[in-house]
Amino acid sequence: MNYFPDEVVEHVFDFITSHKDRNSVSLVCKSWYKIERYSRQRVFIGNCYSITPQRLIARFPGLKSLTLKGKPHFADFNLVPHDWGGFVDPWIKALAKSRIGLEELRLKRMVVSDDSLELLSKSFPNFKSLVLVSCEGFTTDGVAAIAANCRFLRELDLQENEVEDHRGHWLSCFPESCTSLVSLNFACLKGEINLASLERLVARSPNLKSLRLNRVVPLDTLQKLLMRAPQLVDLGIGSYVDDPSSEVFTKLKAVIQLCNSIRSLSGFLEVAPCCMSAIYPICENLTFLNLSYAPGLQGNDLTKLVQHCRKLQRLWILDCIGDKGLGVVASTCKELQELRVFPSDPFDAGNAAVTEEGLVLISAGCPKLNSLLYFCHQMTNAALITVAKNCTNFIRFRLCILDPVKADPVTNQPLDEGFGAIVRSNKSLKRLSLSGLLTDQVFLYIGMYAKKLEMLSIAFAGDSNKGMLYVLNGCNKLRKLEIRDCPFGDVALLEDMGKYETMRSLWMSSCEVTLGACKTLAKKMPSLNVEIINESEQLEFSLDDRLLVDKMYLYRTLVGHRKDKPEYVLLL
Amino acid sequence: MVLEKDLNLDATELRLGLPGSSEESLRISNKRALPNMNDDSGVAAAKKCDQETAPPTKAQVVGWPPIRSYRKNSLQTKKTEAETGGMYVKVSMDGAPYLRKIDLKVYKGYPELFKALEDMFKFKVGKYSEREGYNGSEFVPTYEDKDGDWMLVGDVPWEMFINACKRLRIVRGSEARGLGCVV
Repeated sequence: MNYFPDEVVEHVFDFITSHKDRNSVSLVCKSWYKIERYSRQRVFIGNCYSITPQRLIARFPGLKSLTLKGKPHFADFNLVPHDWGGFVDPWIKALAKSRIGLEELRLKRMVVSDDSLELLSKSFPNFKSLVLVSCEGFTTDGVAAIAANCRFLRELDLQENEVEDHRGHWLSCFPESCTSLVSLNFACLKGEINLASLERLVARSPNLKSLRLNRVVPLDTLQKLLMRAPQLVDLGIGSYVDDPSSEVFTKLKAVIQLCNSIRSLSGFLEVAPCCMSAIYPICENLTFLNLSYAPGLQGNDLTKLVQHCRKLQRLWILDCIGDKGLGVVASTCKELQELRVFPSDPFDAGNAAVTEEGLVLISAGCPKLNSLLYFCHQMTNAALITVAKNCTNFIRFRLCILDPVKADPVTNQPLDEGFGAIVRSNKSLKRLSLSGLLTDQVFLYIGMYAKKLEMLSIAFAGDSNKGMLYVLNGCNKLRKLEIRDCPFGDVALLEDMGKYETMRSLWMSSCEVTLGACKTLAKKMPSLNVEIINESEQLEFSLDDRLLVDKMYLYRTLVGHRKDKPEYVLLL
Repeated sequence: MVLEKDLNLDATELRLGLPGSSEESLRISNKRALPNMNDDSGVAAAKKCDQETAPPTKAQVVGWPPIRSYRKNSLQTKKTEAETGGMYVKVSMDGAPYLRKIDLKVYKGYPELFKALEDMFKFKVGKYSEREGYNGSEFVPTYEDKDGDWMLVGDVPWEMFINACKRLRIVRGSEARGLGCVV
């Protein structure tokens, strides 16, 4: 089939950008594999333990952009102990030794050290973009190295990382010659920064489009920064507290009027509600609004603000907006595609901030809704069935009822029918998180209808192995399955061992899987790493195969057991 | 252990241990609140933030609700700040050389607040009436609210007042006359 010279095929491949498509193309024939690998610039590795950096470098010598993910998703919720793994250091060391001209590195849930960051900053002269999401292990010293040494840095994006703040002057480490910044996000840093340095940096960055400040940046600095950068498209406000009658505030109101490119607004890490009205002029054009970290904005404040945001496509908000507030969102934001409602008080079931009512209103008012994350105190089958009627475009549907096994409060029934309706009517569903009282029945529905499902998160649900089996047998596109506190055991785990080779990973904790079953699985499937995380005080693992395993994480890999496992992990 | 209440054996009993400690309290701290919901203490090390904040009012399941630690930590910080910070506001009095600060949370209502202000600044608050404001005194208590307006103290319910009050100012009668007549 290869009538064209390699250069032509390569040129055609330039238009193929998605990882999936590129991967498919490389499987067609040897020739295409070769052309594809030499022309590949961007690689995504969903599990850093599925391959080694050496093999990556060998296959893709033209690599410019690498995305790596480390710890399993449940690590976000403290279910994975400290030091489990996900170290980026070996990757950076290997890349530094090679001739790879790395320009972009994106990491999620990985352990990053200051030394790694320094090595990164010194090894790649064209390095342009560093994005760290939910990472840990580094301090502002590492950030300073990036600032100081990456001469052509365009993007430094730190999202929700645990960073030890040494109160060094990392921001002042950007040399005067650095004028290439397009995106700077340091909202997750807790410490003081040199405000004058920040102003100078922004002043000499004409291409700056995205700026997200941390909590210590006061309102008067914000005003000065906006004066320098009215071209911003994405703004994250740090501290937003002032006396509305002050001169500074008046100046801020004036400069905000000039910032008519802002489409995305977030932050408000410290906020005085009386100052919010200054924002109204830019609300008209917003497509993304994230107020989920803004304390002290009550339902009324949020509602008043949202009323101005007619073009909103994505909204992240706290549940103090209330059902009524969600009603206002539903009647105002007709372009809404993604909604995330976070709990403002996760452990207090006292204030029923949002319930099924809010969700129903949203589903009725926002026809383009395709992505939902909703924390609420209760949900009914009737509401979910209504939502399923109103919305058939869901790609992501994550519902979290704060009380783990709460039934439908009206009928006292499990929520099987409600979730069943959701999967039945949303044929494009790729990601689903369940909660509430659920029996095996809901899994029957999922196996039957959720044919495009790629990721499923289950907690405190099901009655028997049948539940898990329905899912494994029915969901052919499943890539990630994570289960906690469910009565699924060996029978379900071992029924179709080959299935796990088609998936990225399986997590099971506090279920009914025995050590013996895990050993069997590991023995039969050498292409899988089966990890047992044992946190009890016992230094030696009991050899009793009947022992119920507390946490099991298995994933497919091309490179066998990892060498960096901590003591409490048993690799079978 | 059966305690003979009449004889108060417990108080006179000789035992090893710190004064005030008892066997019972030691046992309680080792007990799991909900045996089927709580995880073992091995995970405690990873939950640094939980140990630093006040004990939960409800038994918490590890890793539930599924909120990223980063987000949970920032919620906790804000809650702690709000609860333990007190409600300190500046108090100025016309003619006084310097300002004072008081914690509004300490007082249960207006009478207590006025008593404290009177003691602090050596003046007397007049008699309050809805129609005329404060009568019988040269000094009138006023406050700045969240909108930046200067209001007469006493018009709104106490709870509403302490949430709205940003600072206090004790105004000299001649300036305050206008406030008393505001509708």
